[in-house]
Parts: sequence; structure tokens; C-alpha cells
Amino acid sequence: MRLKRRAFLKLSAASVGAMMLAPEAGALKLPNPLARAPRAWYQGDVRTVLTYCENCFWKCGVRASVEGGRVWKVDGYAANPKSRGRLCPRGQGAVAQTYDPDRLKRPLIRLEGSERGEGKYREASWDEALGVVAAGMLAIKEKYGSESMAFFAHGSGDTWFGDYLPAAFATPNVGKPSVSLCTSPRETAAQWTFGRGIGGHEPVDWENTDYIVLIGHHIGEDTHNTQLQDFSMALKRGARLVVVDPRFSVAASKADRWLPIKPGTDTALLLAWLNVLVSEELYDRAYVEAYTTGFDALAAHVAPFTPEWASGITDLDAGVIRVVARELAAHAPRAVLPPGRHTVWYGNDTQRMRALYLVNALLGNYGVEGGFYLAQPPYIGAYPHPAFPLEPSSGGCSGASGDAAATIDTGFRPSVDRGTFFAKTTAVQELIPAMITGEPYRIAGLVAYGVNLFHSIPDVARTRQALKALDLYVAIDVLPMDHVMWADVILPEATYLERYDDLVAIAHKTPFIELRQPAVEPMWDTKPGWWIARELGLRLGLEEYFNWPDIESYLDTRLRSIGSSLEKARQQGTIVQGGRPYLADWEKRHLNPFGTPSGRIELASQTFADAGFDPLPVFEAPEEPPEGSYRLLYGRSPVHTFAKTQNNWVLMEMHGENSVWVNAAEARRLGLDSGDYVWLENQQGVRDGPVAVYATERLRPDCVYVVHGFGHRAPGMKIADGRGVSDTALMSRYRLDPISGGAGMHVTFVKLVPGAPKPRLPRLGKLAERSV
Amino acid sequence: MARYGMAIDLSACVGCAACAVACKLENEVPPGVSRLWIRLEESGTFPELHMQYRPEQCLQCDEPPCVPVCPTGASHVTSDGVVLVDAETCIACGACIAACPYDARYFDPRGFVSKCTFCEHRLAGGRPPACVETCPTLCRTFGDLDDPDSDVSTAIRGARRVDVLKPEQGTHPKLVYLNAPASFAPRREGALR
Repeated sequence: MRLKRRAFLKLSAASVGAMMLAPEAGALKLPNPLARAPRAWYQGDVRTVLTYCENCFWKCGVRASVEGGRVWKVDGYAANPKSRGRLCPRGQGAVAQTYDPDRLKRPLIRLEGSERGEGKYREASWDEALGVVAAGMLAIKEKYGSESMAFFAHGSGDTWFGDYLPAAFATPNVGKPSVSLCTSPRETAAQWTFGRGIGGHEPVDWENTDYIVLIGHHIGEDTHNTQLQDFSMALKRGARLVVVDPRFSVAASKADRWLPIKPGTDTALLLAWLNVLVSEELYDRAYVEAYTTGFDALAAHVAPFTPEWASGITDLDAGVIRVVARELAAHAPRAVLPPGRHTVWYGNDTQRMRALYLVNALLGNYGVEGGFYLAQPPYIGAYPHPAFPLEPSSGGCSGASGDAAATIDTGFRPSVDRGTFFAKTTAVQELIPAMITGEPYRIAGLVAYGVNLFHSIPDVARTRQALKALDLYVAIDVLPMDHVMWADVILPEATYLERYDDLVAIAHKTPFIELRQPAVEPMWDTKPGWWIARELGLRLGLEEYFNWPDIESYLDTRLRSIGSSLEKARQQGTIVQGGRPYLADWEKRHLNPFGTPSGRIELASQTFADAGFDPLPVFEAPEEPPEGSYRLLYGRSPVHTFAKTQNNWVLMEMHGENSVWVNAAEARRLGLDSGDYVWLENQQGVRDGPVAVYATERLRPDCVYVVHGFGHRAPGMKIADGRGVSDTALMSRYRLDPISGGAGMHVTFVKLVPGAPKPRLPRLGKLAERSV
Repeated sequence: MARYGMAIDLSACVGCAACAVACKLENEVPPGVSRLWIRLEESGTFPELHMQYRPEQCLQCDEPPCVPVCPTGASHVTSDGVVLVDAETCIACGACIAACPYDARYFDPRGFVSKCTFCEHRLAGGRPPACVETCPTLCRTFGDLDDPDSDVSTAIRGARRVDVLKPEQGTHPKLVYLNAPASFAPRREGALR
């Protein structure tokens, strides 16, 4: 009876809400009265290893607790400016990935006679697998030129597979999803407004700000650790919060004002705020005169864009729009509109981000306490080796943004997207057509490192077609992800707790360097990325660039450039340097932080005008969903990182399946209840699912919302496989931002097709027991 | 001797579950059961909405109904007021599970009853429970309720509202909730000692 009562309680608790994080029902076992308490790991001889986390790309400093040759727990490291002794759920749960029995365990070579995508492999030695890869790369170099090898890379190891090896091999066709599938609009806009990028760690001066406006920025569901701490402390301090979002996000639930904006109309709202700041003379006149150029053009440009004009477009009250502008001004310069991170929405995103920066500039907050601080990278020397034939070109979250017209004569062909965008970084999705068409020249080989090609790049059908057309496709990963099981050769990497990586230099208020070091030996026959890159380099005849005998001497040499050593860094974990966070710090040294052509904040951009783009942001109405369809919006779960963590049993216990959020009134109209399963079908007839409906008041009626990263179709990932829906699978199209090269991904419309079966899946608890 | 207690500021909690994951790994909680879970409450109609996340776990009652029902004495209270289960003497009869008004206890598949221990093993070394240490919103505070200068006493004193779960049960929980959004029905503060 008691067992039944408990099971009943758990079931009723689980029905409270779709986001309810409850223990799994029906997981009870009859207890064995003879069992005794196991000895706990912390009762043993626990060793602590300082490293930094890899379960997202925020790079928090951590302390790994090792006992009996196993990592049991990972905690925040107090002396690290990213974690400050705390960790998000993903960081806490990362250890479960290391002990995931579904990991890639040894190199695999696709069976002769099988097609890419059939998933038929045989095991191979490292020597054989690396030999096949090197021979394939050299054949491509011979036949088409080294530029015909492409590298897609994401994660700490992208220093090896996005920068080091490609630059040594001499290919500029290197892309990171963190640029054109994420931050490129905000980086490009910042570069051409402030003359400085935003970088991987948004330089928002949270600790001094009094008024925060978030636009489509899901802090709380997006658990970037430091940012979440800063956000929470700012609110605790009494900072006011305005959240602009079509969805009542977690951040919106903490806000003083929630503005449920019509999707795709943010630029109109920002133009109206500019209009009020100018027309009511609320802008910081002294700051504008001292640091900016183009104010008169901006003032004339925004004159027609009144709150009343924006109200009709955004579905927001004109009075509220006006009041927020006035409140921003009243709190300026301690008022800030943070840039957000994933800014590839509608294809005109650089202009929207420009509008956001212009509001910040008129508040006089850039380089000023309570606004944006000026992030500085730390100093650290490179390992001495001959100059690479090409400079690394992939960029990253903090990748440089440059002049589209600027070309450097290197003797190599420029990347296949070069000259198209105002970004020095490569637009990863724009490399794919060259694999299919051979224009402007053929990309014949691809190394995919840590990038899920089918869950990050829109138009998956095109990606599959491209993979089929390649001469060589190599995947380096930890898990048998959907796209990995298409590769000719699969190289299994060790997880972050088992390896060294290159040093990471974080641009920050207090710039710092972090060491990645192994807590335990790699499991099975897996290898660290540095080892794989070096072994490949040696087989490719690139010995002169891989002139370090091992990673320890490589790291030690670099660390000695700042008076440290590997031995010291292993004890210290994080090395913090001094910064110059505010304009006053720069002026004292007679330095100008603004790297724009004019050396000032460019409210109007002559460079954009010269290239045929609008010098000032213009609102462009988004395409409307057809009758019966909804705009597909997507976001984050606090416990998941992209499509990387859905096979982690601990994190999946917290959030094991995504659902499709539908406005409650719309759901009633469609005859759908929460928990009903539907298919999602896009404007081109592509379906994915089944997925459970979550009928909610927390969303406008013109859109639906899913958490990104679910819907794996990867039989080797026993936990992830078949759970939930993939938003990327439904993105058969995207809208290219012609300025940044970003792929706008808020342009998918879906219908909810009822009657889908509830997937029959193995019980999560049963699958999890394999790893404990 | 301390009287350990915890406060969770619901105005700060974002329901990210860092606490729940930290608990799971710190305490090797097996798959399928949890010592700590998070409840989401939503109310209102678009666009007038309210919501809160509420992490729940053993409330470490001052008068724990789970202790007197234990036939073997496995369920006990330490001198620091922490309610624990001794796995060696537990016969897994389930009486405590039935007695707990908060559904905070579970059968560990290894053959005993278990629940939140306030990470009692960390306290002697001066470390707070794993959930408190990791929380990225800093919504959890911990310490000695009898010490007016402890983190938890300071947080409770500074809160605009303090709630306990099911005060009518007379259990006097030592885990309290601070600053719940006004839209959710208040629970009486009187039950806090």
C-alpha cells in the first residue's frame, strides 16, 4: 500500500506542468532488507584537480573531485572569475558524460561498400584510422588544392581543429557554428558601431547597472553561469528589469515589465526608443558629442518612428514604449540593453543589433559604469613555430569582424564565402553549397569536430546532400551523434575530464587564462584533441608546425611567456591579469578604444552605406505565417547545451523531452490538450516529431516554441534517440543576413498535425542504470 | 551544537536545477529517485501572468513526523537538528515514507530509505550543502538558525515574506521559502520557529 501511495504521489506531481522537474514515476523497486549502505566517494582519499568545464562553452573554472580513479563530482572554483565557486546544472552534470556507456570507444572506419548514413562501421587502430584520414586529405590537396579541405569545429578543441591544423594545412574554409549560426550579427554590428566586438563573455557591467532591458534574451533558461549570477545579484540589488519577448520566459517572470512583442518587430521598438530619446532630448548630449559621430543623421532618420508608429507594428502599447524610453534615460548611464547571444533571427539582424547599440550609445553607457565595460584579452605568448601559411580564420564567439573588401595576398584562394560579408570569420553554412556545386571552387573534404551538423545548420537535406558529395568526411566527437554516423572515419575524443587542451584566454573585466588538465586517464581507446591534431599533422608533413614533443612542453612554453609554468598553473588553475574596463582607464593612457574608421562610435555607418547597405537601421516587416501556421521559435533548457547533452542521464532526468508550447486559446481552438502528441510540419511539408503539446498562457497566439537540441535520430545514443522534436530538422530554409553572413532561423512556419502516436521508448531509469 | 536551517529565495530561483543535479552527484542518488526536485507553478491568462519555481526537498522539520514512526531508530535527529536515516539499521518498512507530509523520502534501490541530509557530511568541514554551494542565482542560504548572524538568519530577517510548506501539519520545517511572488497564496509565517 505504501509503495502504491508513493507511486501515486509521484504521478500526480509529474502532471503539474510540462516543465515540472520531478523524479520519474514507476521507478520503484522492492527494497532488499539485507542491503547495507554503500561507502560514499567522499569518505575515500579525494584528490582535487583544477580545470575548466566543457559542458557548454562558457568555460567556468572547476574543481574535479577524484577518488579511486573516477571523477565523482565537479564543483565551481572560487578563484575563477567565471564560476566564482558555483556551477550551473550542466557543469554539475558533465561528469555523467565521461561515464556514458554509449561513448565512442575506439576509431571506426565505414565499411567498404556501405553508403554514408547507413551507419555500418568496423573498428580500427588509431594508426590505420589516422593514416586513412591523412591519405584522404593529401589526395584532396593534390587534386584540388589545400583550400578544398573544410573544417567545422566547436568546443575548446577548436583551437586544434578550427585554428591550428587548418592554418598549418593552409585552408581558409573553416567555420564555427558559434559565429554565423549564433553571434555574428551582434559581433559585426558592434565592430562597425563601437569598433570592438562583444566577445565570448558579454561585457555588461551587471554589478553597477540599475535598469536592464532584455530583448529575446533568456537568462535563467540560458544558464551561462556568471551571467546568471550577475543577473540575480543585480535584481537583488534592486535593478529594474524589462523583458521584451513573445514568450513569458523565466526572465520575464522576474521582470517589472514584460513586453510581449510580436515576433520579428524588435527593430521597430528600438527605433521608437531612439525616437523618444532624441525627440524628448533625453539622450546623453555630452557623451554623444565626446564619443560619437553621425548624430544629426540619426536624429533625422528616427524622427518618423514614434511610439505610436511602433505600436501598430509591435502590438505593444505606445504609452509603455514611451515610458520605458524615459525610464532608461532616467537611469542612464546605469541603464543597459545587453546584446543577447543567439542573434540570427530574421536575416536583417545586423541592423537590429545596430539599433540596439545605438540606444545604448545615446544612453552614454558604452565604456561607462553600469553599461558596457571594455573587455580586454589577457596576454599570453604563442608557442614558437614557423608562421602558418594562412592565419586562422574561423573566429569564434569572439571572432574578429572585418572589412569585407580587405583581402590579403597569401598565395591561397580565399574561403568560398570570402568577400561576401562584413566578417573576417567564415559563415559556416555558406561553405556547404560549395560541396555540392563546386562554386566558386570545390570543397571536397570535411572534418567535423564537436559540431552536430544536423542539429545546428539549417537545411539539413542540403547538408546530407553535401556530405554525400564529399571525397572525405571525418568526424571527431565523444558520442555517436546523428551526423557522426555518416563519416568515413570516426575518431573518438576523450572528454574534457580526461585531457589537456590549449590554454584559453578570456577577454574580461579582469582578463584571465585557464588551464584544462586531465583529472583521470582517457577511457577506452579515446584520445585528446591535441594528440589527434598532432598525429594528423605529422602524417600530413606538417612537422615544422607541430614542433613540440608533447602537450606538457607546449603548455609550459606558453605559460613561461607570462612568468608562470605548467607546474604552477596546475596548482593555480586560473591566472588573472589586470584590465582597463572603462573609458576613463583608456583616456588616462591616451588610448582610443574605438576601432571604427572614424575612431568614434559610428551612429551612422558610412562603411555600410558605401557597401550598399543602410547606414542607419531600417525596420523591415517579417513575412507573416500563412493561415493555420505558427512561427517556430526556439530556445534553451537550463540543463542542456545545444544538441550535446541529451544522452546525459542525470540531465535527462531533469528534462528528458521537449514539448511544443502553444498558446492555450489556440490549443483549445485546435482541440489539443497538454500531453497530446502532434507532428510539426513546416511550410515545405517537412515533418518532425512526434512531440507533446504544452498548452500555455505563456506564449503569444501567433507562434509556437520548442527547446532546441532534442529529436536526435541516433540509435547509438540510447538515451537521446527519439526523444522530442528537432527545431533544426524543421528549418528547411533560413534567411541570410547579407551584412554578417548569419543564418536567420526565425523564419520557419509550422502546422500542428494531430494524431501522432506517443513514442514508445525505453525507460530512462533503466538506461541510466548502465552507467552507475 | 547548531540548529541548521536553509532558506530559498523564490524571487531569485529560476528553476535551473543546478541544485538538483549537484545533489544527485554529491550523494550518488540512483536513477529514478530524487532528494531534491523543482515544482513550477503558473497562474493568470495571457498577458497577465505569474509563475514561480519552488525547489523542494526534506524540510528538516523541528518536529519530524518521520522519526517517531521508525521501528528501529534508523530515522533520527542529530544534535545539530539534522534528520537522518541510518542505512545500516533501516529495514525499509516505509513507515517514515508514509508519515512524511512532504513526500520527501524514497526507497533507495540498494535497500534502505533515503532523503536529503543537508549534506551533513560536508558541514563538519565548514562547507554548505552541495545545493547551496552551487546555486548560480544565490537563492539558497544555509546556517545556524539560532545564530542571528548566520547567512540563513540574516536572509530570513531581510525577507519581505517567509513561508513554510503545510504549516497546518505542525512540523515546523527548518527549510523556509523567502519572497514568494505575491500572486501565490501565502502560507502562514507563524510556523517558523
